[in-house]
Amino acid sequence: MLALEIDNLHKRYKGGVQALQGISLGVQEGEFFGLLGPNGAGKTTTIGIITSLVTKTEGRVKVFGIDIDDDFPAAKKLIGVVPQEYNFSIFEKVEDIVCQQAGYYGISRSQARQSAEKYLQKLGLWEKRHVTAQTLSGGMKRRLMIARGLVHEPRLLILDEPTAGVDVELRRGMWEFLAELNASGRTIILTTHYLEEAELLCNQIGIISGGKLIENTSKRSLLRKLDKETFVFNTKEPITSLQSLKPFEFIVVDETTMEITLSKEESLNHIFEVLDNQNIIIESMRNKTNRLEELFLKMVEQ
Amino acid sequence: MNRNLISFTCIARKETTRIFRIWIQTLVPPVITMILYFIIFGRLLGSQLRDIGGYDYMTFIAPGLIMMSIITNSYTNTVSSFFSAKFQRNIEELLVSPTPDWIVVLGYVSGGMTRGLFVGLLVSITSFLFTRLPLFNLGYVVMFAVLTSFVFSLAGMINGIFARKFDDISIIPTFVITPLTYLGGVFYSISLLPDFWQALSRANPIIYMVDGFRYGFLGVSDISALTGLGMLLLFSIILFSINLFLLKNGVGVRT
Repeated sequence: MLALEIDNLHKRYKGGVQALQGISLGVQEGEFFGLLGPNGAGKTTTIGIITSLVTKTEGRVKVFGIDIDDDFPAAKKLIGVVPQEYNFSIFEKVEDIVCQQAGYYGISRSQARQSAEKYLQKLGLWEKRHVTAQTLSGGMKRRLMIARGLVHEPRLLILDEPTAGVDVELRRGMWEFLAELNASGRTIILTTHYLEEAELLCNQIGIISGGKLIENTSKRSLLRKLDKETFVFNTKEPITSLQSLKPFEFIVVDETTMEITLSKEESLNHIFEVLDNQNIIIESMRNKTNRLEELFLKMVEQ
Repeated sequence: MNRNLISFTCIARKETTRIFRIWIQTLVPPVITMILYFIIFGRLLGSQLRDIGGYDYMTFIAPGLIMMSIITNSYTNTVSSFFSAKFQRNIEELLVSPTPDWIVVLGYVSGGMTRGLFVGLLVSITSFLFTRLPLFNLGYVVMFAVLTSFVFSLAGMINGIFARKFDDISIIPTFVITPLTYLGGVFYSISLLPDFWQALSRANPIIYMVDGFRYGFLGVSDISALTGLGMLLLFSIILFSINLFLLKNGVGVRT
């Protein structure tokens, strides 16, 4: 079943800006869908339309088969949203913010408290439940919005740049949490600027540019489109007598670092064989850039 | 419990908590202002004036002053609370939820009514320091107080929906509500005015509220109390419908 179905979605703002130009996409139930695109591409507008904060100019949106034009309240019950900007009252207590949100979905106070405890515990905010939101750190505020977005147990969770401005350790913790949520069957749509995040978490990727969907495929088939990949090799000894590494393209960056580019047809084993023949011992290797990032930049530039 | 009732209770609780959390800003200033009105207009100036409708001036203006505080506080609460929710963007918490628009309106209005009526009660208690206010008909007092706070809470909500900056929430109270209240028979009976000004005064909706409320206490009025209640019901329906229309079309809250 499709968790989300968007057909020919258009949005023209009052000032005349055409934010979306006929976007169509489907997200299967249980998928972890990454919606990528540069700033101003139309990601937040798309999310805004799905969650009713933005009114569409044209097109159809269905959430688990429910057309938002026919029964938006029924569709909204199935959606949880974590916005890009903080949008809670900073003067209210953490637990109140989460419980109130449950109340807006018609969940009784006692059930709301149970659900709030579950998610505040999971997100490491339970100890902070009695403090006002203004005293929380940036990372805690982001986690508070995730707890709030989940308190009514939505089947579809939409996160708009959830890890923006969050430190590395916390970001990794949030990734684990989101992966766990997805594994338990919840459909997740994620917009992000961190392509490493999208590559790690998402199994389906959509790329928006200039209000149009320019790619919508599985991560695997998307990465297959990458025809070249550059690896950075660190050698154990300084590279003094390097001969040609034919058939590979290579650059020596410094005395113990070189970059070697592989085409799709070539294999890493072959590189190691060539290096071995020249008695070069490799200490470590890594991708020069994130693979998805390379593709993303290529597609958006086009 | 019904889902809509839960949502309503949630908004109402949040609004009420806010009023009592910032009581120094919401409850104390209106009482101090009214004490000054009682002292200056009631005691100092009023002692020099003759009775109106068989009551001394202090007793005559007391219901009007209570009504004035109900009007101002009901309006101020919804406009500031709704605009603040827009400004901090926490209104989005409600917009993304399945809460129907009419529950959103009633939730915010309940906050305005709570503050308006609570301040009205405090001013009523304060008035006992200055005068012994008779009670002619409790039913009229309650109906006029409740309906007036409902109407002005709805009006404040409309202002809050349209407001884009902090200036926008004080323009209507300063340039419309305050003049209409002063000209709405709080400090005088419109029967003292020449015919032309009397007729013009009847175009001021606040006159019906003040006069009807005063009738509940003193049993004297310039306009029939039933006409006043009819007008309030009409205003309630019109303003409630306008609020629903604006929210349904996303005015001021959706892009």
